[in-house]
Amino acid sequence: MYTPKMELTEEQRGILDGSQGPVMASVMQTIVMFGDMFDAKRLVKVTHSRGHLVTSFGLGLLKPLYSTMDKLVQAGIKVKGDFTIDPRPVDFENVPYSLLDKLINSKILYTAQKHYEEQLKAVGIKDANAFTCACYLDEVGNIPGPGDILSWAESSAVVYANSVLGARCNRNSGMLDLFGSILGLAPEFGFLTDEGRKATWKVIIKTSSLPEAQVLGSAIGMKVIEDVPYVVGLDKWLGNKLDDRAKGYLKDFGAATASNGAVGLYHIEGLTPEAVLQGQDLLKPGFKEYVIDDKELERVYRSYPVMWPDKDAKPCLCFIGCPHLSYAQLLSWTDRIEDALKKGGRSKVAIKTVLTTAPDVADRFKKSEAYSRLMATGARLACICPLMYTSNPLTKKRPIATSSNKLRTYSMARYYKDEELLAMIGGQA
Amino acid sequence: MKTFKGRVLAAGSITAEAVVSHQGVNSLATFQGSVLKGSKTVIASDQNNPDIFQKDITGKALCLPVTIGSTTGGLVIQTVCSMKINPSAFLFSEHIDSLAASGIVLARVWENSPVIAIDQLGKEFLETVKTGDQLKIDEDGTVTIL
Repeated sequence: MYTPKMELTEEQRGILDGSQGPVMASVMQTIVMFGDMFDAKRLVKVTHSRGHLVTSFGLGLLKPLYSTMDKLVQAGIKVKGDFTIDPRPVDFENVPYSLLDKLINSKILYTAQKHYEEQLKAVGIKDANAFTCACYLDEVGNIPGPGDILSWAESSAVVYANSVLGARCNRNSGMLDLFGSILGLAPEFGFLTDEGRKATWKVIIKTSSLPEAQVLGSAIGMKVIEDVPYVVGLDKWLGNKLDDRAKGYLKDFGAATASNGAVGLYHIEGLTPEAVLQGQDLLKPGFKEYVIDDKELERVYRSYPVMWPDKDAKPCLCFIGCPHLSYAQLLSWTDRIEDALKKGGRSKVAIKTVLTTAPDVADRFKKSEAYSRLMATGARLACICPLMYTSNPLTKKRPIATSSNKLRTYSMARYYKDEELLAMIGGQA
Repeated sequence: MKTFKGRVLAAGSITAEAVVSHQGVNSLATFQGSVLKGSKTVIASDQNNPDIFQKDITGKALCLPVTIGSTTGGLVIQTVCSMKINPSAFLFSEHIDSLAASGIVLARVWENSPVIAIDQLGKEFLETVKTGDQLKIDEDGTVTIL
């Protein structure tokens, strides 16, 4: 029997002691033990009814995942509302795979996908379109409000929810996100507290133009690691309104801070909700400073190692959309790819190019005139996770290009700035 | 003999050989090779971590600052514990990170694993302990380099 360190209500103590059965007792014990490791004082209510799970892939090796899920399903346990989940790992229809790739993905890596998706259905997944890392996009609709307590784990979604939406969520791990959504409770520590949301870094932007979101996020992530940065000077370029352009920028910026470091929350002066309300009062006494100018961004960009076996190779495949692209970003990439082809005097993309987005966004985009224009360029639209595409060991030998700093960090893919990537797609580089 | 005292997260007492990583251990990259093969021992497969790459870490005391990497990290720790090929103890010099914490908890609660975890052993611990040292780990979080 586990003796909790945190204070529990009578009802919570009852669940821990088995009042709702042994499986729920184990779910409660997991959350309480986890919270105790971080000196959480108590459990607080998850106030947003939609969860988001990070583990979306039926990787055969994760056998305990499926046995735990079986126990939940057999006990009839479901989440309190519903949940979205990270993208599916494969899409044989829209992404280029060799026969051997298909074999490895379906017979070796993701052998439990079908079974796992049945289990997800039983515990309360939103619907067949639930698979995206960017669940907070309008079309998907899993959008918490300011102050909402969450039990999510996907790092790019957590940092977006905390920073852009003003919700409160810790950087959880797979399964803990599900258990919190089942109980409707999360341990109160870290980003769930006012103190945990204060910044210990002041980042001063002194660039001559809007910095590349993915490089700026990378620079800040690598510098502050897991601390909270308060960024000044970016609103000069991004404006003071959280419109589609700013939200898309902050989505990509945040994912880079979270993957190149372990940032779970940032504040942008004059733009993100807590920074607008509290300003520099968010800075903790004794904060450190980091000045970013054009030279610093270039230094960071040049520091990325090229992991391709042949460093001078031409890319064979290009992924755009990690995290998944918003509708506005899809429209913008369509225009820019068309322009790049015009500049290169081509009618089709020079390298196989896959744009990834949420299924709900893809449905909307397919109804727009831009969709047929994008398809005419030879680019493809898919809803998979590019990271999971690179789990296949065969991909490590391939020169894959990307505009995602997250994908660069977790795979052998090479990062290019948007303009460089477009030049390659247009056949000019 | 040198003694260090940490915070007990998952108690146990054993004597085990140390394997030391001075950088954060990427759980997925370290364990996935052995798990995929269904091996009887874990040969650390993260080529970005020269401290432990290709070392046998099953049954050892893994000394590390924290774990890093994918949020599947916790599930991977649970998996190696369920296969009983895990390090006997995770000895963190810093405060445990959320990925390792969830892995240790999932292993303890759902797999009845006896895996030991102690954190906040301090920077000096990681500077002092060497791979191959024999470590005595006590229930109260005391770690002695024999």
